[in-house]
Amino acid sequence: MQKLSLLCLLGFLSLPLAAQKKPAPKPKAPAASADLSASVAQGKKIYTQYCLSCHQADGGGVQNMNPPLIKTSYVLGDKTRLTKVLLNGLQDVDIDGEPYNNVMPSHDFLTDQQIADVLTFVRNSFGNKAPAIKAAEVKAVRATNKK
Amino acid sequence: MKRNLTRYLLLPAALVGSLSLYALTTPPTLVADANNAGLKLPTGFGALVVAETGARPRHLTITPQGNIYVKLNRVNKAGQGILMLQPTSGGKAEVKTGFGDYGGTGMYYKDGYLYASSDQEVFRYKLNDKGEVTNPGQPEKIITGLINRRQHESKSITLDNAGNVYVNIGAYSNSCQQRDRQKGSLGQPNCPVLDSAGGIWQFKANQLNQTYGNGTRYTTGLRNVVGLDWNQQDNQLFVMQHGRDQLHDIFPDMYTSQQSAQLPAECMYAVKKGDNAGWPYLYYDPTQNKKMLAPEYGGDGKKEADSKFIDPAAAYPAHMAPNGLLFYTGNMFPERYKNGAFIAFHGSWNRAPEPQAGYFVVFQPFKNGKPDGKWEVFADNFAGTPEKVASGRADHRPCGLAQAPDGSLYVTDDSKGTIYRIFYNKK
Repeated sequence: MQKLSLLCLLGFLSLPLAAQKKPAPKPKAPAASADLSASVAQGKKIYTQYCLSCHQADGGGVQNMNPPLIKTSYVLGDKTRLTKVLLNGLQDVDIDGEPYNNVMPSHDFLTDQQIADVLTFVRNSFGNKAPAIKAAEVKAVRATNKK
Repeated sequence: MKRNLTRYLLLPAALVGSLSLYALTTPPTLVADANNAGLKLPTGFGALVVAETGARPRHLTITPQGNIYVKLNRVNKAGQGILMLQPTSGGKAEVKTGFGDYGGTGMYYKDGYLYASSDQEVFRYKLNDKGEVTNPGQPEKIITGLINRRQHESKSITLDNAGNVYVNIGAYSNSCQQRDRQKGSLGQPNCPVLDSAGGIWQFKANQLNQTYGNGTRYTTGLRNVVGLDWNQQDNQLFVMQHGRDQLHDIFPDMYTSQQSAQLPAECMYAVKKGDNAGWPYLYYDPTQNKKMLAPEYGGDGKKEADSKFIDPAAAYPAHMAPNGLLFYTGNMFPERYKNGAFIAFHGSWNRAPEPQAGYFVVFQPFKNGKPDGKWEVFADNFAGTPEKVASGRADHRPCGLAQAPDGSLYVTDDSKGTIYRIFYNKK
């Protein structure tokens, strides 16, 4: 179930150019790296519990229903927009030109730390590589969140 | 002696006569693709790829002349939502033309008309004696203004023999929760979705611009129906419901993820005017063979639902997504298939983290207009490998079914765009 069979998805995902042109990650201080892996490990648990049944074990989603989380502009892009998807849910939105018809419910019952962890996990899994999201950043978005 | 001679003269004449009749009624030879196009079939059956559409074909229909009309989920690059294919050789076909500037699912031929649906409307096109659409740009809009809130948007259609068209209007909700798919959210009292969706509506096939006020809510309490067909044997509508999702996600204290993968059944219903199949107030448990009260409405996995709701005619494993239903009335397949039902199961997603299931065409034996005996997998391996079934990353996903004039069976795949044809070749 954990097998990452991504190939068939890549065919219909339009890969944002920005994602492909990211520079190679610079070596980080050991402390930051440990923080990242701890957050990813916690985030994986949250993902398995709340996200996997729709977005699937490989993050590939379900065609026409539940969006993939692999190198999409939503996942790799603006942190605030991504955080709001978890806080408010999402519906009636095309993602990178593809329609997805199922409703994503709000996950505002998750703590700031849980949201930070699961988003950090998603942004560093399934072939994604994007900066971590911190609990403080989630807190700030939540404080000004308008639905 | 003289009488004997006559008999000897007549015999060859009769033979020649029947042979020429045979030649006239024998369809063009169907040639199976290598390895039956990757499909696994019962002994004596073969399969070929009719065409690759490069689009997402949903339902399809075949005219008496053998023209193939295919409804695309979304318009192709040329802006066409319907493709017309004509036979070439060996059972294959090629795209001749395209029209209809709307995506959708429904595609049905009846009595000289082609019926097609978008996600809000139903159109019909007059066909000429060659089975060609004469007015591709000016169809009659027979039904309009049907609700489309993206979820369960397919307006699948079929017709009876009395001039009525039946349209699925799927519920724009999973289980009519106050907050759709939200963990722990309870059901809306007197589910308001059912006013305009969550059922099958009946309209006239030959009237223009009908909407809710002109139609009849024929059957309610059906969450979403993509596959439906009119049973000619007992003159009744049969539908395949997509059962509700996410029992575990929404009520984790009542259902494990394993139970959630196996509940509820995907149900076949034989419906009559005024029937209520009970969504969102119940789901069908295939292991207990019982209608269970939905947890959104006070259920706990043990309480049974109100008995006023109709029972399914047959039940199938959960979440396999029946997208096509076809009663087989042809003469090509062996006798046991006659009047039985083929069901195209698009394949599951909502079994995760358990292995996915489906991605095949099932045969359900029927007797006297009722399911008779256990269903069996008829055409398998659309996914490509067992691993691709388990992961849900299927190569092909069966969706629409249609019967050709020669009795062969067409199957669409709305993932890669392949159109298959399955035939019987054992003499």
